Amino acid sequence: MSRIAKLALEDGTVYTGTCFGAGGEVDGEVVFNTSMTGYQEILTDPSYRGQIVTMTYPEIGNYGVNLEDVESHKPHLAGFIVRENSRIASNFRSSGGLDDYLKENGIVALAGIDTRALVRRIRTAGAMKGVLSTEDLDENSLINKAKSSPGLVGRDLVQEVVPIESRSWEESLSPWSLLPGTSNSRESSSDCHVVALDFGMKWNIARHLFDEQCRVTVLPGTATAAEVLALAPDGVFLSNGPGDPEPVDYAIRCIQDLLGKTPIFGICLGHQLLALACGAKTFKLKFGHRGANQPVLNLQTGVVEITSQNHGFAVDEASLPNQLEITHRNLNDNTVAGLRHTELPAFSVQYHPEASAGPHDSRYLFRQFRESLTPVH
Amino acid sequence: MPRRDDIQKILLIGSGPIVIGQACEFDYSGTQACKALREEGYEVVLVNSNPATIMTDPNTADRTYIEPLTWEVVEKVIEKELPDALLPTLGGQTGLNVAMDLDRHGILQKHGVQMIGANAAVIAKAEERDQFKTAMEKIGLEVCRGDTVHTIDEARQLVTEIGLPCVVRPSFTMGGSGSAIAYNRDEFDQLVRNGLDQSPINEVLIEESIIGWKEYEMEVMRDLDDNVVIICAIENFDAMGVHTGDSITVAPAQTLTDKEYQRMRDASLAVIREIGVETGGSNIQFAIHPSDGRMIVIEMNPRVSRSSALASKATGFPIAKIAAKLAVGYRLHELPNDITRQTKACFEPTIDYVVTKIPRFAFEKFPEADSTLTTQMKSVGETMAIGRTFKESFQKALRGLEVGSFGLGCDSKDLWGTEDQPAANEIRAKLSIPNSERAWYLRYALKSGMSLREIYELTKIDYWFLDQLSQIVELEETLRGFSDVFAVDDATFLQAKQCGFSDRQLATIWQSNEMAIRENRKARGIIATFKSVDTCAAEFEAYTPYYYSTYELEDETPAKQKGKRRVMILGGGPNRIGQGIEFDYCCCHASFALRELGIESIMVNSNPETVSTDYDTSDLLFFEPLTAEDVLNICDRVQPDGVIVQFGGQTPLNLARALSTAGVPIIGTDVETIEAAEDREKFQQLLNRLGLKQPANGIARTMNEARAEANKIGFPSLVRPSFVLGGRAMEICYDLAQFERFVAAAFVVAQGQPVLIDRFLEDATEVDVDAICDGRDVVVMGVMEHIEEAGVHSGDSACSIPPYSLPGPIIQEIREATHAMARHLKVKGLMNVQFAVKREAGEMNVYVLEVNPRASRTVPFVAKATGVPVAKIAAKVMTGETLADLGVTNEPIPAHVSIKESVFPFRKFAGVDIVLGPEMRSTGEVMGISERFSIAFAKSQLAAGVVLPESGKIFLSVSKRHKEIIVGLAQRLSKMGFDLLATDGTSRRLRGAGVEVERVKKLAEGQPNLIDYLKNDEVALILNTPNGKGARTDEGKIRAAAVQHGVPCITTIQAAEAAVKAMEALRQEDISVQPLQERFKEIANDVVTVTASS
Repeated sequence: MSRIAKLALEDGTVYTGTCFGAGGEVDGEVVFNTSMTGYQEILTDPSYRGQIVTMTYPEIGNYGVNLEDVESHKPHLAGFIVRENSRIASNFRSSGGLDDYLKENGIVALAGIDTRALVRRIRTAGAMKGVLSTEDLDENSLINKAKSSPGLVGRDLVQEVVPIESRSWEESLSPWSLLPGTSNSRESSSDCHVVALDFGMKWNIARHLFDEQCRVTVLPGTATAAEVLALAPDGVFLSNGPGDPEPVDYAIRCIQDLLGKTPIFGICLGHQLLALACGAKTFKLKFGHRGANQPVLNLQTGVVEITSQNHGFAVDEASLPNQLEITHRNLNDNTVAGLRHTELPAFSVQYHPEASAGPHDSRYLFRQFRESLTPVH
Repeated sequence: MPRRDDIQKILLIGSGPIVIGQACEFDYSGTQACKALREEGYEVVLVNSNPATIMTDPNTADRTYIEPLTWEVVEKVIEKELPDALLPTLGGQTGLNVAMDLDRHGILQKHGVQMIGANAAVIAKAEERDQFKTAMEKIGLEVCRGDTVHTIDEARQLVTEIGLPCVVRPSFTMGGSGSAIAYNRDEFDQLVRNGLDQSPINEVLIEESIIGWKEYEMEVMRDLDDNVVIICAIENFDAMGVHTGDSITVAPAQTLTDKEYQRMRDASLAVIREIGVETGGSNIQFAIHPSDGRMIVIEMNPRVSRSSALASKATGFPIAKIAAKLAVGYRLHELPNDITRQTKACFEPTIDYVVTKIPRFAFEKFPEADSTLTTQMKSVGETMAIGRTFKESFQKALRGLEVGSFGLGCDSKDLWGTEDQPAANEIRAKLSIPNSERAWYLRYALKSGMSLREIYELTKIDYWFLDQLSQIVELEETLRGFSDVFAVDDATFLQAKQCGFSDRQLATIWQSNEMAIRENRKARGIIATFKSVDTCAAEFEAYTPYYYSTYELEDETPAKQKGKRRVMILGGGPNRIGQGIEFDYCCCHASFALRELGIESIMVNSNPETVSTDYDTSDLLFFEPLTAEDVLNICDRVQPDGVIVQFGGQTPLNLARALSTAGVPIIGTDVETIEAAEDREKFQQLLNRLGLKQPANGIARTMNEARAEANKIGFPSLVRPSFVLGGRAMEICYDLAQFERFVAAAFVVAQGQPVLIDRFLEDATEVDVDAICDGRDVVVMGVMEHIEEAGVHSGDSACSIPPYSLPGPIIQEIREATHAMARHLKVKGLMNVQFAVKREAGEMNVYVLEVNPRASRTVPFVAKATGVPVAKIAAKVMTGETLADLGVTNEPIPAHVSIKESVFPFRKFAGVDIVLGPEMRSTGEVMGISERFSIAFAKSQLAAGVVLPESGKIFLSVSKRHKEIIVGLAQRLSKMGFDLLATDGTSRRLRGAGVEVERVKKLAEGQPNLIDYLKNDEVALILNTPNGKGARTDEGKIRAAAVQHGVPCITTIQAAEAAVKAMEALRQEDISVQPLQERFKEIANDVVTVTASS
């Protein structure tokens, strides 16, 4: 018989289902992702640190997991919720099932609840703190735990996912990310050196930079400007990462010091940090944007990109300083989706041009960044 | 960019009659397009030959031409209307082909009409295999190895390179018609020959076989700014080798990782860009190798399709509507998403449920046809079901199919554990050769202990799907472990419902009955919840109320609006022969009527092709199977003030009793009355009381009873099972031997219900009458005289409004009989009566054949012929309005003649005899309108694809009883300059009468015989009335060969007479076209009075 697991929200709602993955008790912000594919990429995306992620698509685990489709070395999210977990993995690339994968990685997961009801709750009330447990099944106790859990506003979650040391990136995009006939083979020498500040970076970003013929050095996001500049980069990349950008003050200071000294490109948290470094403010969205179908209008070309997104905070348009120009807008709620510094070589997007999971419409941004770099030799 | 101002008038071409491969979905897309364009202020000119459509309602487009869909006729429309643009991508393959013909003949250039959406070059690039292949190679995508050929020799050369098995596909045919897999040289030669013949450009594509690969479809939209979005990815449950229209399909894709899905998305974007479809929807099909992921592009449809209708219903994204708006200049992000209102149409829908579509077949109607599923589409309809899990949606779809199954087994059709339980070898055969029953045989395989691996090897159905079915079967075993419904625990009960088990299945498992299970279930609080289809997985609030049932925590059914009545309309379910678009048309009109009356309308249907399942049609839409359980579950939640069962054909009528017993308020004619009309005895009493005649008849429950009845009734007699639609297993018997054979067959079909036996009236004229009664007053809406004699199913015969040969007093007698019956039955709503008029001993006698107190198949035709919205008026009457209130007091008598002609799927079923009989086999209908009967008939033939020749050779062969009449026809044909061919008997007869005729050998007399003439394209028309029937007779072979070679073949003497008349008329007068709006202007202005037409 399957074990029971319960999810309690801070507003007092409790959902009872069955447990899969690891047993245990976790707290986190309960959010939902509307991607119908790509759960393995989502699981391994460090930006979900501190969050319990609900998949809106009900059938999850169908194609199992494989060794390639990972965005970091392990899952980072606090908990995982699905309507239905597939007991078999059916795909020619699969190396195992989802349940085992979560067990191996100690991720507590819940299945069999009315995920749509949960999503509607979050949509109406906003993202909430919650506790997912297979141990404590007392509902009142769980609700109290949810209420008293730390949440993620004001917390620096980046510290929990930054790499310990720097490394040189040597991995290309998966051949499955490309159309047959398109090659991602590298030329013998890479002429541009990009330093990527890793705040919990999805590996597909580094793969893209590498395939744009860049020499990529990944530095922990805690690095100082001096440490960055010591590597003589032709450009600096600011990665995605978990949680609230405001407490990540060291990174904001670092970016302020880098601005004007080297071209900068930021994604997601990196975008928010760049905005903060330029004097803008960020705010928490009601329940965030998490999915692979978010339309973004490129204001420079008038073309719409279908983008992959994962953020709970956004840049406040009203707070933008004059030097920051909006380049992209989210068409669903008109929030700022892309910025450009009008005087210095720096730009950023709120969404994920590296996709994974999601559409490839915005890959051009990596090329754009690469082309803005002038190799210093 | 806002709408284009440089165009004002836009021409749309519809898809014509319902045929296999082209059904209601193009009424859905065309209607959406008309509405969308008119909303933007454009004037819309529509041409479509199919009267049974919402799109040809006079208020859907500005100018509506119900005319044959040939480029010559459409040119006349263009000359008259001078449209600025032609939108060719919303009328299916037919609309696209007519548009291409217009372009090819320079008509568009001549009149300055521009193609919008996709131009001719783009269409050719997508549709012509060579061009498409080159385009795909250019963007680095793989296509099947293969090439096009134009002769059998080229084909033989090519196959030595590609090898067998290989796929043979004729170019430019609809629904992949003529496509099949050749496993050996003989098959190959035959398929290539047939294919060359069927292809309008005599071209066949021969390709490597990718049978067993995984099959996917992507629905793609693009705007003028090159914004491209994917609306839906569909994964086929059946592997490559079965036409996607015949496959069980599932949305979204289930077994692709994000990497593989995005690669297919990238490929789709590359394809639509390379082909250059400027705006609108396209469908791209892919095959993926199951063990290495190799991806092949199968084909692209540069237009909305059956799949795009499915994708629209599966996601809530209105592809056709948006496609129409994009064609006139809008960008995707300038258009709102109707469902969320706050977001834009430029996004990719994400869904939080699983959609399963299952095709419905009609092989029982074509016993001689090969029922193996191949790359040529054979299904006649489909059902779609939505569930929160695949298991739920799959079982819902199986019961939505309405083939007597209530899920995956555990019902009265279940063979497991019975004497007929299939043996291992039979199961293996049913798995390896795709067929319409494979889903159930997969269960048998699992129950027999066959491993998933073995099942996979036989079927190539993905392991994930097989495991899902395995879970259903395992749960079935668990459920069987409980002695009865009282023994089962709540959690297991709920799990069963969440996996889609119907109460009926549970009743079978626990030896109970459906209603007892239902009571027990509800007492436990296990009650269906309804969730909304919202394009966005609940990320945004949905405003368009489109729902499906599931068993979850939260219900989203909207509360009743204060002070507003709620009326529910039950639709017709999947299309089948005998029940299709005509009934959907009626259901839509019922909904329109309710809206006009300020009543909240609720539609329940499971057919994704239809206008009724457009979320715009009704106030609430429930996409659900039409079973008592599913409908009662909805009633529990929405508490309707009335339910309409009259409009959806036999499907809702079959539920009427159960619903009424459960306390659901059925409005309109009483359930008792509906049953009384079906009850032979009661009906006979009524006729006797009214002094009306009926052919001698009887009813039998056993063969002995049947023999006794036959003795009383005499021969010829008509045998049929009761309570079935479309003349299923209905046969005319001339002797006892035939009689016994057919009665036995009818008992099988009747499934426990009795068999009906009638005296068959030979050479009688059949008349259909549609009338509306409000319980007190009766108004006849149309009197239709059939062209073919009684005995040909009314759904298969052509008919005319007004009657063309019957004398006035007889028509008056028919009217009066209709009035009397409607009044005595206390009909509230529509009633259809079939009469036969037979000349006996010098006088004409009127017989009542059948009365149906419900909407009939002819309602839309009557509405189009008269300009009166018959179904809408009937719906209003059912809600309590009177005919007097509505100002409907007189029978509408049109100033013109309208002919309905039926369209048959014989080309899809090689070798089937095409002779018409009491079993209905047509899939669709067309209409011809003119001031003259002969021209209206000519138009109806042209619209049905029967091209009446202007010159050439005509083969005559008639049964003994028509030898006299054929002489006159032969003389007239000869006078028109046709050369006549006939076999020995007929030719002697004709020569004797002084008609010049060439004698042809009978098949048994050696060669060259008629088949050789057909093969050599030497015959322009065949007039053949049968002596015998069946594909094995010489005549049968000739008729089947005629179909194969595309030679029109007329099989009744009445139709032959009408055709000769039409051919004579066409020599004097050219076909002219007129929009309905002009035809009915006069009627609208004039006071219509009841007069007997003469």
